[in-house]
Amino acid sequence: MRWGRRAEAATAASAATLPRTAIELRDVAHFYGDRPVLTDVSLTLTERRIGVIGGNGSGKSTFARLLNGLVVPSTGTVLVDGLNTRTQGREVRRRVGFVFQDPDAQIVHPTVEEDLAFGPHNQGLPAEETARRVDEMLVRYGLAGHRDHPAHLLSGGQKQLLAIAGVLVMQPQRIVFDEPTTLLDLANTRRVSRVIDALEQDAVVVTHHLDLLDGFDRVLVFEDGRVVADGPPAETVPWYAARMS
Amino acid sequence: MQSLYVPGTTHVHRAPAGVKLAVLALLGLALFATARLVVVAAAFVLVLAAGLLWARLPRRALLSQVRPVWIWLVALFGFHLLVTGPLVGAVAVLRLLTLVIAAAVVTATTRVTALVAVIEWLTSPLRVFGVRPGRIGLVIAMTLRFIPLVADRAARIREAQAARGADRVRPAMVVPLLVQVLRMATTVGEALDARGAGDVTARRPGRRAAVDSVRTT
Amino acid sequence: MKTKDLAYIALFAAIVAVLGLLPPVPVPGIPVPITAQTLGVMLAGSVLGARRGGLALLAFLAVVAVGLPVLSGGRGGLGVFVGPSAGYLYSWPIAAFVIGLLTQLFWRRYNLAWALVANLIGGLLVIYAIGIPFTSLYADIPLWTSFTGAFAFIPGDVVKAVAASLVAVAVHKAYPVIDLPTRRATAG
Ligand SMILES: Nc1ncnc2c1ncn2[C@@H]1O[C@H](COP(=O)(O)OP(=O)(O)OP(=O)(O)O)[C@@H](O)[C@H]1O
Ligand SMILES: [Mg+2]
Repeated sequence: MRWGRRAEAATAASAATLPRTAIELRDVAHFYGDRPVLTDVSLTLTERRIGVIGGNGSGKSTFARLLNGLVVPSTGTVLVDGLNTRTQGREVRRRVGFVFQDPDAQIVHPTVEEDLAFGPHNQGLPAEETARRVDEMLVRYGLAGHRDHPAHLLSGGQKQLLAIAGVLVMQPQRIVFDEPTTLLDLANTRRVSRVIDALEQDAVVVTHHLDLLDGFDRVLVFEDGRVVADGPPAETVPWYAARMS
Repeated sequence: MQSLYVPGTTHVHRAPAGVKLAVLALLGLALFATARLVVVAAAFVLVLAAGLLWARLPRRALLSQVRPVWIWLVALFGFHLLVTGPLVGAVAVLRLLTLVIAAAVVTATTRVTALVAVIEWLTSPLRVFGVRPGRIGLVIAMTLRFIPLVADRAARIREAQAARGADRVRPAMVVPLLVQVLRMATTVGEALDARGAGDVTARRPGRRAAVDSVRTT
Repeated sequence: MKTKDLAYIALFAAIVAVLGLLPPVPVPGIPVPITAQTLGVMLAGSVLGARRGGLALLAFLAVVAVGLPVLSGGRGGLGVFVGPSAGYLYSWPIAAFVIGLLTQLFWRRYNLAWALVANLIGGLLVIYAIGIPFTSLYADIPLWTSFTGAFAFIPGDVVKAVAASLVAVAVHKAYPVIDLPTRRATAG
């Protein structure tokens, strides 16, 4: 499988060699029941850092979930490197990882180490490779001393780092974050923000923390299920801030 | 959450979990097949020796499991003393005591992971009905993970309601807790999918790494 | 079964475990204390439905069996499966399944009354119908003696059935997890 070799390479390599992921949405609409939540979304996402902002209920989370096939659109298509999320969800999820707002909801095993091993195990990776990647993550995110630690005894910030590590360990090419810092204090928000900045992977970040978007390449503004602004943060963020006040 | 496992390196500890469980099951069958006091008494002595001497378990590891049934023992003996005679009573009591202690020995000498593996093995024939044994291990691991989480959220909701003057637990208070944890579980389901749990269709043979390391001892 | 269902199953297994952490209420003269855990059995069936409710209780029993002291009073391990009151334990998955089945059957007109019917049938009838004969066979005592021994629990269990029904009806309004074909049709 092509993925295997790519993944190997990615571990050792820098951002320059990591494959980039292009996500294309074509005439996407989504309904919950008969209520429209997203209408008429057509976009191509290729930038390294993409921010998503908008009011509560404007459809950001639904949009984010479309990007890795967690939600398939009611109408229209979402393509990840040409793979249709409707029919090739499994391949899509290998490329696009997802980090949720509530770290507690993402940690499914009782201890740190086994939770990190969960994703690689699902990918069917051999035990040695899993162990190697888990060790790497433990060190990278300062969790090495917490290997056997019960996950519920970690702090909120540590839990979110564990959740991010649990996705990174699967070596996706792009990671979608849905409000990763909403439940964190200032120090941990900055920490997670730095972690996102340092990622070699591409990222899409849904957030209400506008300063997270400093240095981003592109920001989408959602309103009532539509993209109402799309451009570099220097233009879109002040526009959004003015509109909300 | 602390399990009832008592770490050790004795032969009993190192014996395969499946063997220990099989012995326990056979013992149960044998004990109920006989009504002779000598046989049951011999089994009792053997089991006690296996626990205290062979597996070198502390007495309290066994006592803590016997304590919840002691009142049963008294009631049982009392009943048989009045109705069927002391001999039947003694057999019934010893039988129960032997079984409970034997089970306690297996529990105290076998790791959670090893027992989970046995459960997966025992349920593997159910594959025919579409049951995936690997998922059983996952559910057990998630349960262990959720126990402190639910306890924690319950405490938080109780505090929040106490802060607003509610002093008694009423059904209406349990509702927000359930809705909150159900919502969380829904996200957990999505997170499982995002991390590929739903994708494991053709699992490579061999034991699951994740289950193998369920460490709760 | 969807992956999400695994999370619901584990969640209710954990809820039953947490209910076991509440201090049990001892009843004078009865060897088993009244616990809140059967409340969890009723909730699992009422909220999750038959399949997932029954599986949640199986998962709970598995967690007990592998050595976690999550039965009320800090009990756990394999010992509890060989004691004279083990029949009650074995009845829990079946009870949750029956409650779930009835809940799904009543789904269209589900309200407090129907919830109570489901919980009384599954949570009392089924549990006693399995627990009482088990004790009697196990301990070699007549059925009637075993039955009178269980009598003291009935008032407590009725109270639990009422509480579980109140909660179940409210949860169904706020966050329904049972999804019947009829509902899905309207949800598109
Ligand atoms: N599973 C669901 N079933 C029904 N309605 C839903 C579901 N998920 C979201 N919605 C509704 O769709 C709309 C958009 O929700 P979404 O979560 O995408 O918004 P959001 O922009 O992420 O909001 P927030 O900033 O509050 O997170 C909301 O009105 C929400 O109530
Ligand atoms: Mg959202």
